[in-house]
Amino acid sequence: MTSGVYAGYGGRYVPETLIPALDELEAGWAEAQRDPSFAAELDRLGREYAGRPTPLTLAERFAPGKRIYLKREDLLHTGAHKLNNALGQAVLAQRLGKRRIVAETGAGQHGVATATVCARFGLECVVYMGAEDMRRQRPNVERMGLLGAEVRPVESGTKTLKEATSEAIRDWITNVETTHYLIGSCVGPHPYPELVRELQSVIGREARAQILGAEERLPEVVVACVGGGSNAIGAFAAFLGDDVRLVGVEAAGAASLGTGRPAVLHGARSSVLADADGQIADAHSISAGLDYPGVGPEHAALRDSGRAEYVPCTDEEALAAFHRLAETEGIIPALESSHALARALDLEEELVLVCLSGRGDKDLAEVLGHA
Amino acid sequence: MKTLAIYLVCEPETPELAEAAVDGGADLIELGFPFSDPLAEGPTIRLASERALARGMRTKQCLECLAQVRARVDVPIVPMTYAAILEAYGYERFVADTRAAGATSAIVVDLPVEEHAEVPRVQLVAPTSTDERIAACAGATDGWLYLVSLTGTTGARSEVSPALAGLVERTRALTDVPLYAGFGISTPAQAAAVAEMADGVVVGSRAVQVAEEGADALREYVASLRSALD
Repeated sequence: MTSGVYAGYGGRYVPETLIPALDELEAGWAEAQRDPSFAAELDRLGREYAGRPTPLTLAERFAPGKRIYLKREDLLHTGAHKLNNALGQAVLAQRLGKRRIVAETGAGQHGVATATVCARFGLECVVYMGAEDMRRQRPNVERMGLLGAEVRPVESGTKTLKEATSEAIRDWITNVETTHYLIGSCVGPHPYPELVRELQSVIGREARAQILGAEERLPEVVVACVGGGSNAIGAFAAFLGDDVRLVGVEAAGAASLGTGRPAVLHGARSSVLADADGQIADAHSISAGLDYPGVGPEHAALRDSGRAEYVPCTDEEALAAFHRLAETEGIIPALESSHALARALDLEEELVLVCLSGRGDKDLAEVLGHA
Repeated sequence: MKTLAIYLVCEPETPELAEAAVDGGADLIELGFPFSDPLAEGPTIRLASERALARGMRTKQCLECLAQVRARVDVPIVPMTYAAILEAYGYERFVADTRAAGATSAIVVDLPVEEHAEVPRVQLVAPTSTDERIAACAGATDGWLYLVSLTGTTGARSEVSPALAGLVERTRALTDVPLYAGFGISTPAQAAAVAEMADGVVVGSRAVQVAEEGADALREYVASLRSALD
């Protein structure tokens, strides 16, 4: 393995057709990182368009006797942390001269974020979404339409995020000369995992400064939900060098890190729900954003090194935390983030930082259907 | 004489189908070991792969299928699959066991030339490949180079890709290895047009479709490609 490796995970397992585009992306990304005007533009867009910095909220009624702080990515424009990545990649795509964007989406949050930045910059936008996810995340499908994106239903397999991602990559293979693939999580072939981590690391950077301001000490533990793992890696990144426990929470039926094995999916080697022959297994979660059999390669490396730990949460536990946050704090969380909230309540530690990665408006039909 | 390569997915009927393809004039059989999430495949091979997996065609069964094909035909047989299969089975073990079952080389669609040199394989180059990468693939390839004639996934197209001529020209300038072109070639006329440029033609999706109609239909279809090439 030559590039983009986290302790043996990661890499580039894609057809030759895409390799030159990945080389071009890697070079463009390196150049953007050296260019102060790139960071300045992202910073300005973050403040003036997206609503950064997002606040830190102490959830006293949610967790009496503890000090649980919520990093409020639900208050970011479009309602989830996904916009951090979409804005950065849209600016990068324009630097690369790409005017057409393809993306995959599960819960629809990344699709909405992508449609939003494409509208903002005047880019053509095609979003692939599993037909089952389109059913359970209807409001986000309608939002993408309003924003001018074309949503293409994917009917194969489980009709969820895994198939949508495969179809987005196939579109990219076909249109690679004009198109940027705006991947939504820290997964996929190198350099995507690193690129998405860097664009999401604003979450942890802000939160670290904010909690130091509020408590004059670091949190004992940082908790975030993990599907592909982009909000978690963004929240963890600023704390990797600190004496702070890092906990990722997976959906119990989609625990790629908890119950997966090393395998290759969507262009990278990682910990994946797969059988002994390497065939990818189906994931199951009430939360469309966590309903994915893979995970970012850096999380697999952090698990193996012991620097971060990954725990499961059932659909029922996530639903209970969803209702509890709504009733005690007046905040309706995304079902994805509700997994992190549920486990945060059980932790022994007193001072806890939770990444509230998104808001739950999109989940009302799903939650009320379970009542 | 131009080489005609026919792709079939490993299924219980495949040994009989491969024999029919060789009877019809195939010079090489590519045997697809199905993977659940094949990024380079269009709908035809994807559906065939799903069906094969539903019928239990995992790596062990595919190796048995390969050995059965070997028992029936004398032409080279090249397993074609994805890195996930080798990752699970073991790269060196895959090479050893496919060779033992009668394979000549392998094709791993999503394993770039830089990776896993311990797997001797036919490298693929695409219209997007730089000259530098084409030279590296030609240097590393095992026997012949697979020219991906278009930027896209497998499956029949109405025309031969306009990108192929340029790819052949660039590749010829860099290497003397035989060049077989695939992706999007389905009719005898297309095969003949491609054979004007390349040393061989790979037909996949259309062969998989015709194979569903049985061995006689496949023999006849392959014979129609053969006569267009000769």
